Amino acid sequence: MNKRINIQKTYKLYIDGKFPRTESARYIKWQDSKETTLVNVCRSSRKDFRNAVVAARNAVNGWSSRTAYNRGQILYRIAEILEGRREQFMAELTLQGSAKKQAEKEIDQSVDRLIYYSGWADKYIQIFSRVNPVAMPYFNFSYPEATGVVAATAPEESSLLGLVSIIAPIIVGGNTLVILASESRPLCSITFAEVLHTSDVPGGVMNILTGYRSELLEHFSSHMDVNAILYCGSDPEEIRLVESNSALNVKRPVVYPDQDWSKEKAQGPYHIMKTQEIKTIWHPIGV
Amino acid sequence: MKTEVKTLDFNTDWEYSPALESTDHIHIQEPTDLFISGEFIPGVRGKYFETINPANEEKIANVAEAEKADVDLAVKAARKAYDNVWSKMKPTERGKYIFRIARLIQERAREFAVIESLDGGKPIRESRDVDVPLSAAHFFYYAGWADKLEYAFPGRDAHPVGVAGQIIPWNFPLLMAAWKIAPALATGNTIVLKPAETTPLTAMKLAEIIQECDLPPGVVNIINGGGNTGQALVEHADVDKIAFTGSTEVGKFIMKTVVGTGKKYTLELGGKAANILFDDAPVDQAVEGIVNGIFFNQGHVCCAGSRLFVQENIAENVISKLKERMETLIVGDPLDKNTDIGAINSKIQLDKIKMYVDIGQKEGGSIFQSPCSLPKMGYWHAPTLFTDVSQSHRIVQEEIFGPVLAIQTFRTVDEVIMKANNTPYGLSGGVWTDKGSKIFSLSKKIRAGVIWANTFNKFDPSAPFGGYKESGLGREGGVEGLMPYVNLV
Repeated sequence: MNKRINIQKTYKLYIDGKFPRTESARYIKWQDSKETTLVNVCRSSRKDFRNAVVAARNAVNGWSSRTAYNRGQILYRIAEILEGRREQFMAELTLQGSAKKQAEKEIDQSVDRLIYYSGWADKYIQIFSRVNPVAMPYFNFSYPEATGVVAATAPEESSLLGLVSIIAPIIVGGNTLVILASESRPLCSITFAEVLHTSDVPGGVMNILTGYRSELLEHFSSHMDVNAILYCGSDPEEIRLVESNSALNVKRPVVYPDQDWSKEKAQGPYHIMKTQEIKTIWHPIGV
Repeated sequence: MKTEVKTLDFNTDWEYSPALESTDHIHIQEPTDLFISGEFIPGVRGKYFETINPANEEKIANVAEAEKADVDLAVKAARKAYDNVWSKMKPTERGKYIFRIARLIQERAREFAVIESLDGGKPIRESRDVDVPLSAAHFFYYAGWADKLEYAFPGRDAHPVGVAGQIIPWNFPLLMAAWKIAPALATGNTIVLKPAETTPLTAMKLAEIIQECDLPPGVVNIINGGGNTGQALVEHADVDKIAFTGSTEVGKFIMKTVVGTGKKYTLELGGKAANILFDDAPVDQAVEGIVNGIFFNQGHVCCAGSRLFVQENIAENVISKLKERMETLIVGDPLDKNTDIGAINSKIQLDKIKMYVDIGQKEGGSIFQSPCSLPKMGYWHAPTLFTDVSQSHRIVQEEIFGPVLAIQTFRTVDEVIMKANNTPYGLSGGVWTDKGSKIFSLSKKIRAGVIWANTFNKFDPSAPFGGYKESGLGREGGVEGLMPYVNLV
């Protein structure tokens, strides 16, 4: 009997709209619990991260000046492509240890969450903008703007829904992002990068790395050209590191403790506002 | 044919007669004690420091210095008031207390203004027309929010944070106290406030008002002292939130101090604002705006327009008009109603400004100073501008916090945006042009929290204020100003 030799996927990084291997050429062996599959995941280095920040910085102006309508459509497109690749995510989620039903639910919710935030693209600005009735003859208004480049670590347990729940509010608000995938469940993060790549997301807007959090968190939180650091997890030492390094350049530190990402309050416009700045503009009224 | 341009000649024998604001009706407690749990009490160890008038270096009052034990007392009082009274009070009643404070500031406005100018050195015209009325307005604005928080945060419940430790600077002593206290009270928090060491008096006057309007004891506590007192407050384990206005250096120190404690914090830090003047702007109006941008409050303003960018083709004209205008600025007695520029707040600050002026010259900048006469006693600095400077000069990069303007030129929009954003700060910015589309384009591209278009240095309680990047974290004023004092559930 002729058994066909199947083609195995190489899991690479996603930086600046390309899929490079880590410049360090190091790898982490990843195996599922039944030991059916073996993957060499990239062990990203500080240099990979720095390259990703350069890409993210270069992409900020373009992305944040896209129309809100356009950003909304791109998020919707991500959802469409994700929906179309269910089978692959099912396979990877189950390989990573999820029960079939659970995996199905996670994909459903991830798609729905993207649609949810897609709809917020042109609305959160309306909800959080104000015309301020100042007591002088001036027209005064304030509105949210993207903070800039965000570095984030994805939730460890919820490798797809958690990832989407973090990414969507950051980018719908015009920020660009470098995110470190779940260390123990890295597969669907990289596959999600392929979804992004085919969804008209400009290169550099989202960059996904894999590797050891213990190795990279120091660099994520200390980089001087990162405007906000979002940490998912409940390790007090890691939280201390993030908070302390934030002081170097007054980064906005955001901490999401381990949680159930399927709950209702895991989404909402207040999550978008965590990586927004309020800008106030004054102009005299007169002739 | 060359026509002669007529200008006003200020080099005459004619001088303004003094128009001094009277100090008869003010009352300053001697000594000025700590305000804890609704009472004025001396510090545990009975230590006092002097606060002086920077315009003549004379002592105004002895002020009680809070040590660690006093900070602890104040925080305990605030916690007790939070647990027993303030967090349980009906929001409408809470609001009414805040309205009372606003009303009493208005009633005693003149006393506040005179003390502010005495203690801090700012011109009476500014304390009378800006600091004091804006402080009252701030309380009035936030008083109304107390029972309307569900409209500020749709979809979530806003809960108070608890005890707020607030540390404020010396450049707008009363106004900064109002910015901090009003939103914290409206959202149901209790407070320990520490004014700056050189300007404690108006905050203590505010304490008198708070006592007078029967605010429950411990809801607002005001303690004085220097950096050590502030540090003790930041480090206190029972403080839930820190609100700080001051230097970026201290802001970063606070971020490090609260690591791992779960304390919330907001920071309003330094700035080095770009004020951008295009060739299509109304030049005379712009010159007034530039002067207001940098010389308002002796330049002791975190959002001061300290970097001026003038489009190259009009630079010569603008700089000459600016120099002419600077010559008419009256530097002198803060209590004189004619005074435009008062005293520098402290000797330390004066030395710092002089150091930067020195650096500016050593690095090759061309200096111009208004040839005004400065009083013999007290701390004074003439309005100063530098030309022939570039992005790498220290006086272009670093915050001076004094009446020193650095002028650069530009040709294109892209160039000026690049230069304007080439700073770790991002508090404010200015744009001067007659073209609406240019205003919107520039306002979006400048990475700063407040943009003044065809104006500068305007403030209002309903307008959010705060910085991008290293200029801080969080906003004060407006609906956004409530956010730092609530937990959303």
